[in-house]
Amino acid sequence: MGYLLFQITLFAYFLATAAYMVYFWSQRAEIRTTARRILIGSGLLHTLYLVVRFIEAGHTPLTNHHETVSFFAWSLTWGYLSFHWRYNVRNFGSFVSPLITILMLIATFSSREIMPLPPALKSAWLPVHASIAIMANGFLALAFCGGIMYILQERELKKKRFGLFYTRLPSLESLDQLNSHCLAVGFPLLTLGIITGSIWAKQAWGTYWQWDPKETWSLITWFLYAALLHQRFTVGWRGRRAAIMAIIGFSAAIFTLWGVTYLLGGVHSYVG
Amino acid sequence: MSAEKIMILGVNHKTAPVEIRERLSFSNDPGTPYRELKIIPGCEEFCFLSTCNRVEVIFVSSTPGETEKKIRNFLFNNCMSYEEAGKYVYLHQGEAAIEHLFRVGASLDSMIVGEPQILGQLKQAYRDASEQDAAGMILNRFMHKAFSVAKRIRTETEIGSSAVSISYAAVELAKKIFGNLKNKIAMLVGAGEMAELAAQHLMNQGVAEVIVANRTFERAVNLARCFNGKAISLEELIPQLEHVDIMISSTGSPDIILNSSDVKPLMRQRRNRPLFLIDIAVPRDLDPKLNDLDNVYLYGIDDLSTIVDINKAERDKEAVRAERIVTEETLKFMLWLGSMEVTPTIVTIREKADAIRRAEIEKTLPNLGRLSDKEIQAIEKMTSAMMNKILHHPIVYLKKDDSHKDKKVKLALIRKLFNLDPGNSD
Repeated sequence: MGYLLFQITLFAYFLATAAYMVYFWSQRAEIRTTARRILIGSGLLHTLYLVVRFIEAGHTPLTNHHETVSFFAWSLTWGYLSFHWRYNVRNFGSFVSPLITILMLIATFSSREIMPLPPALKSAWLPVHASIAIMANGFLALAFCGGIMYILQERELKKKRFGLFYTRLPSLESLDQLNSHCLAVGFPLLTLGIITGSIWAKQAWGTYWQWDPKETWSLITWFLYAALLHQRFTVGWRGRRAAIMAIIGFSAAIFTLWGVTYLLGGVHSYVG
Repeated sequence: MSAEKIMILGVNHKTAPVEIRERLSFSNDPGTPYRELKIIPGCEEFCFLSTCNRVEVIFVSSTPGETEKKIRNFLFNNCMSYEEAGKYVYLHQGEAAIEHLFRVGASLDSMIVGEPQILGQLKQAYRDASEQDAAGMILNRFMHKAFSVAKRIRTETEIGSSAVSISYAAVELAKKIFGNLKNKIAMLVGAGEMAELAAQHLMNQGVAEVIVANRTFERAVNLARCFNGKAISLEELIPQLEHVDIMISSTGSPDIILNSSDVKPLMRQRRNRPLFLIDIAVPRDLDPKLNDLDNVYLYGIDDLSTIVDINKAERDKEAVRAERIVTEETLKFMLWLGSMEVTPTIVTIREKADAIRRAEIEKTLPNLGRLSDKEIQAIEKMTSAMMNKILHHPIVYLKKDDSHKDKKVKLALIRKLFNLDPGNSD
């Protein structure tokens, strides 16, 4: 039942992405409406899948790679939809939806086997820490998409070569605002993710911080974003630099999520 | 009514040089065409449209060929033979005339496709025709249809949305950089038509303030008054730039007035807020290296022309969609014209009455219990007879031979009375 639901969800995301791509080319309003409806539908299906998975596993489904990546895609979807509800950024969906689908594909190819929960993870902190940390990633991913859009648009404006993006992408100002709004949500979540993790570590292993690679890398990510926000508030860093920093920061966040697990190991490595 | 009675005779920027168009426009006495055209026999309804790019007479006549000859002779005022004038005019009849007017109204036949003025001019021409009592039933409907087709094209295609002038392109770019132009400050350095036009466009988009800088302060004050702005001298330019978001420069200075090194320290003070610089001066006013600074966007006149060209291409694409709408609406109008004949009108009235009769019978029969076939037949016969008797006189009245004008009025009245064109109640 769970697997079928997951496949339907994946298919719905595919459809939404295809619709957003068609909209990007044709720029017809009715296609955008359709794409958004499909995406909302996919998000709801995905939510249902998470619930089913929770029931099947008997614990918070955030303990293996399949579950984390799928939850990542889920946060990205709802993060995007919640932004959409407040700000209108043209063609943002055409950049976010492919990322969601890629994440879902990665989740498809990871093992979906439900393993018994390791004793170290049996804690109320599991849902709190893991969901906050991954939701932070969702918003940082939105800032990343916004950053890419900014760079594309600014390049055409600077070089005066008006191609595909000039007419389709929104103004630099709104893309820059998108960046700051996403970070305004993503950064506090990231901070909270690190703090809850550290409290949990104290309970589980008796120490707040043990310089495990995942901890180190999340701290590096945190510092990157902190630097960006600091510069934005003090000397007014914005535009291209802020966009590049959002892209670098997200790369660090992705490395924290995957690179660490596969390349460096450590106590977090059963997660993923 | 036969569509062949509708004709359009005219000249436009494609068919006739400006000297010819001028001669036909009657701009010194706009009343003349109405006075003169009215007395042409056979010219039942007409409208005279005159703009700087076209002069057209749209008319309805039962003898279109002869009427056209007389109108052409009047237009060219006998200074040119009928055949010679033929080199400059175009003549559309029937379906072609309908399509032509729809295209004109939607600005598909304009020099700059999509420019919005033509619709206003067409409306004015129609208003004049109505005031002069020159428009009748066919023309009323024809012109109104042309307006609604133009409106439909404007809402369903993006033919009117792209910038096709340099000054408008500057505004479009500003919007791509700043999004909303409210609360933004623009500065105009120097003077010149194009720069002032751009400043005017920016004002229309709601910029908060326009600052005017000029070599002679007095000139700056005068210009600033037009924009409700403030005037500064050229020496204050660089310190003022700290607050400015958009700068348009068009001085006659032979040298560069703003260097990259002047602006670089400013960007820090501006907290990196974007700065949009437009240089329309020849020779250039602004250092080309300015474009290399972060968050500074420098555009020269050539760059703006590129945007204008792109938009033109975009507009041509939309025009194809607009043409489809014209074809569709022309067909619809042809159908309406066809329905203005007596015979189809009688058929429609009968069909409508019969539909009502049958619907009522179907409603009533089940309530009457079991009836024999004979009884049912009797009811059918009775209701049909009633219907025919009620319709008899209106139909006889409609069929009666009248002069042409009366017939049209009668048709329109009857169609309205029986509500045969629902939704077309104008």
